[in-house]
Amino acid sequence: MGTAHHEHHDLHAQDLGKEHAHDDHHHDDHHHHEESFITKYVFSMDHKTISRQFLITAVIMAVIGMMMSILFRLQLAWPGEKFAIANALLGDKWAPEGILDPNMYMGLVTIHGTIMVFMVLTGGLSGTFSNLLIPYQIGARDMASGFLNMLSYWFFFASSLFMVMGMFVEGGPASGGWTVYPPLSALPQAMPGSGLGMTLWLVSMSLFIVSSLLGGLNYIITVLNMRTKGMKMTRLPLTIWAFFVTAILGVLSFPVLFSAALLLIFDRSFGTSFYLSEIYIDGHALDNMGGSPILFQHLFWFLGHPEVYIIILPALGLTSEIISVNARKPIFGYRAMVTSILAIGFLSFIVWGHHMYITGMNPFLGSVFVFTTLLIAIPSAVKAFNYITTLWKGNIQFTPGMMFAIGLVSTFVTGGVTGIILADSALDIPLHDTYFVVAHFHIVMGLSAILGMIAGVYHWFPKLFLRQMNKNMGYIHFWLTFIAAYGVFFPMHFLGLSGVPRRYYTNTAFPIFDNLQDINEVVTWFAILGAFAQVIFLFNFFYSMFRGPKSPQNPYGANTLEWTTPMAHTHGNWPGAIPEVHRWPYDYSKPGAEKDFIPQTVPLAEGEEDGGGH
Amino acid sequence: MEFLIYLILILAAATIWQIMRVVELSNDLKGNDPNKVTENDNRMNGVLMITFISVMFIWVIWQLFEYGSRTLPRAASEEGQRIDDLMNFNWYIVIAVFFLTNGALFLMAYKYYGRDKSKSAYITHNNKLEMLWTGVPAVVLAVIIFWGITLWNDVTQSEISKDVRRVEVYSKQFNWVARYSGADKELGKASFRYISATNELGLDSTDQHAQDDIVVGELYLPVNEDVNLVFRSQDVIHSAFLPHFRAQMNTVPGMQTNFKFKPTITTADMRKDPDVVGHIAEVNAIRKAKGEKPIVFDYWLLCNKICGASHWNMKMKVVIVSRKEYDIWLAGQKTFGGAKTAPVTAEASGKEKTDTIK
Repeated sequence: MGTAHHEHHDLHAQDLGKEHAHDDHHHDDHHHHEESFITKYVFSMDHKTISRQFLITAVIMAVIGMMMSILFRLQLAWPGEKFAIANALLGDKWAPEGILDPNMYMGLVTIHGTIMVFMVLTGGLSGTFSNLLIPYQIGARDMASGFLNMLSYWFFFASSLFMVMGMFVEGGPASGGWTVYPPLSALPQAMPGSGLGMTLWLVSMSLFIVSSLLGGLNYIITVLNMRTKGMKMTRLPLTIWAFFVTAILGVLSFPVLFSAALLLIFDRSFGTSFYLSEIYIDGHALDNMGGSPILFQHLFWFLGHPEVYIIILPALGLTSEIISVNARKPIFGYRAMVTSILAIGFLSFIVWGHHMYITGMNPFLGSVFVFTTLLIAIPSAVKAFNYITTLWKGNIQFTPGMMFAIGLVSTFVTGGVTGIILADSALDIPLHDTYFVVAHFHIVMGLSAILGMIAGVYHWFPKLFLRQMNKNMGYIHFWLTFIAAYGVFFPMHFLGLSGVPRRYYTNTAFPIFDNLQDINEVVTWFAILGAFAQVIFLFNFFYSMFRGPKSPQNPYGANTLEWTTPMAHTHGNWPGAIPEVHRWPYDYSKPGAEKDFIPQTVPLAEGEEDGGGH
Repeated sequence: MEFLIYLILILAAATIWQIMRVVELSNDLKGNDPNKVTENDNRMNGVLMITFISVMFIWVIWQLFEYGSRTLPRAASEEGQRIDDLMNFNWYIVIAVFFLTNGALFLMAYKYYGRDKSKSAYITHNNKLEMLWTGVPAVVLAVIIFWGITLWNDVTQSEISKDVRRVEVYSKQFNWVARYSGADKELGKASFRYISATNELGLDSTDQHAQDDIVVGELYLPVNEDVNLVFRSQDVIHSAFLPHFRAQMNTVPGMQTNFKFKPTITTADMRKDPDVVGHIAEVNAIRKAKGEKPIVFDYWLLCNKICGASHWNMKMKVVIVSRKEYDIWLAGQKTFGGAKTAPVTAEASGKEKTDTIK
């Protein structure tokens, strides 16, 4: 932010409303309006500022989510032990003498999950990088609607506030797990967290859905309509393909979550019975008849499954770009990569039932979902192998971003293979809701997505804040994070295979699990190491934002359009005409070329073929 | 414990800070751009990559033996054994893919770390190679899908004969209750509206069939006979998880769910299983060190769907016995109507007397 004073000095401010994507010659604007602090940093309509707002909010939310995980990991490793930090953070009510209260334990796992899935890896990941890179990489001056884009951020901000607010109400936050299955989440009698805390959760999620839809519609329209001249769909960087498909998934599935939430609000507050039937609780038989808890699960997972691809696809998109740039090689199999993204996007809509094999859903449906779910392994495998082949015969530059991108490929594979087991409904019977599932989805989706997001932060930090992050701190951050990541989640597979259920406050009620306690301690030690590593990152992030060395315009020798913009936060991105695109984005180390990269703006030489064609 | 954690963290931070300073200072002395990735960086990280994955592989293998030996013992049901067979087949594939793909990834990362004088090859795609890694997974998955669906259908959708014993497992915050039909071999009607302090399952006292029903807090089942567990829930969703039998089904308020399986090993026999003997010895050694009472092996039914503050402590003991012991046990229980069940002789407990389905 320190160099924001460059804005408006070396350019004619563009009248974005009148600017057409392909109308490069229309930049003779006259009014040079001054922006106040409020319009520039708070209610900004500039995609770059909005991107930074999303990122910083997500970083704060990630710290909160991570602290929660440390608190419940302490409890799991050393149940009954007193931890001053738990008391300091949660107070006497929720951690008397430093021992975590069972209801707060449930609250922590619930809010940890919700924050990580929605605030960090959906809002934070898509919000940051779709906003930053879509206009930059397709050659547009901004998003199609800067105003909706601004609203998208502020709804996200409000949603994050409500989510955190839940921690401070009397009954505690929502505590029924991030999937908030009714009747547990519908009845305050069932647990204290299902009172006001749950209401705040629903308000927060409703706001989040609004934010996500506003953002998603904008991304789709911008990609479709505002590409610069020559930027055919087949010349889009894979980042944009990933963001584009992600946005479509979000627009099609988030409304269904909204309907699920709305019906739940009705059941909670207006006496309807969509999800409730034949319930006796707290000494009373309820009047609700005829509803079905399974209905909620269908609605929830109809979003919930595409949601995991909404999380992972942008991370894969970032990785594709980072790996190609730093291997100094074209991404292997560009068209196969695009096809895989599309296939994953399509299939993600017809697999939601694999979360429900043993919930009482008709078992016939189970076999259909086994089939569709296992199909997803094919495009996923193609992507993993293509990443590896991109490294093959490369000249790999290990920037911190590249390290995290390689880390993503590893966790995507390691977490992906156990998906083959869980997708099989028969094998899901003994593993459903055990730590095996926790290990699987944290590795394949949680770790991969967060590693991809961090890779993106390191790689595009110069475009975000015009400066560079410290490389050596980046290396230390990567190695500690990566070691801790596997250290936390790999042993969990064995807990699951030993039959340990997830979301247990402690395993002490089952002496047969006593010999697994040392595994839980190992996991917690690695979690502490992982949290410690993030302190290094946070320091590097905020320090470099203000004090990091200024970045050159194209620090990695990359081909995509964002590196053709000046190292300044120029309103409208390019001071002059929008560049024209002449080739695909992956001409790295092309034989005969002078340098080892050819930016997309360089016209094809005579007789030169555009890459990527088959 | 907490003090130890803080101490370690502070020492680690100090160490890292010192290392950073040394590196930065030496860079300053050489006049290098501190953030430019050099060949030295590439070599160092390439070597770290290959070192990491080697150590990781060794650690994973160690876990497969050390932690792997603590996983559930052999399945104690017919369905469970078939599930384990498929699971083991999957493991071969999963473990092989894990090692090969991660190995290839980190090997590439090491082998092709950036050298100043070296240049990448320009390779955009290779249709044959891509067909290979689309086709091979497709074939392997076809096998898994076919096997998996067949097994799933057999376990969950096979016709349940009328002769199969039907036992109700009822869930509520925070315990499990089992209900057996009495002499009439039929479970009586029940409704949540009849629930009271003395009638926690809400049995219909006007229903003849309910009078001789037996409500107990432990699940006794005879070995080598199919049992169809039918589930109801009083308040929220719970999940009846029987890990040793590889059986699980959610219990859902407002609907009835079921899971059929055939236990094959009695509790007494399982206690003699070498795996289980070793496991319990390990557990008891740990308990002894902590001054806690030793345990014997038992099957358990655990709640495995988040259901409230005491979710972690919602359990029911499961006891698998011979048919004879089962009949004697059942005969000793009180009925809902209050009468003792008629004593059952071993001769009278033939197949024809198993429960009927409503």
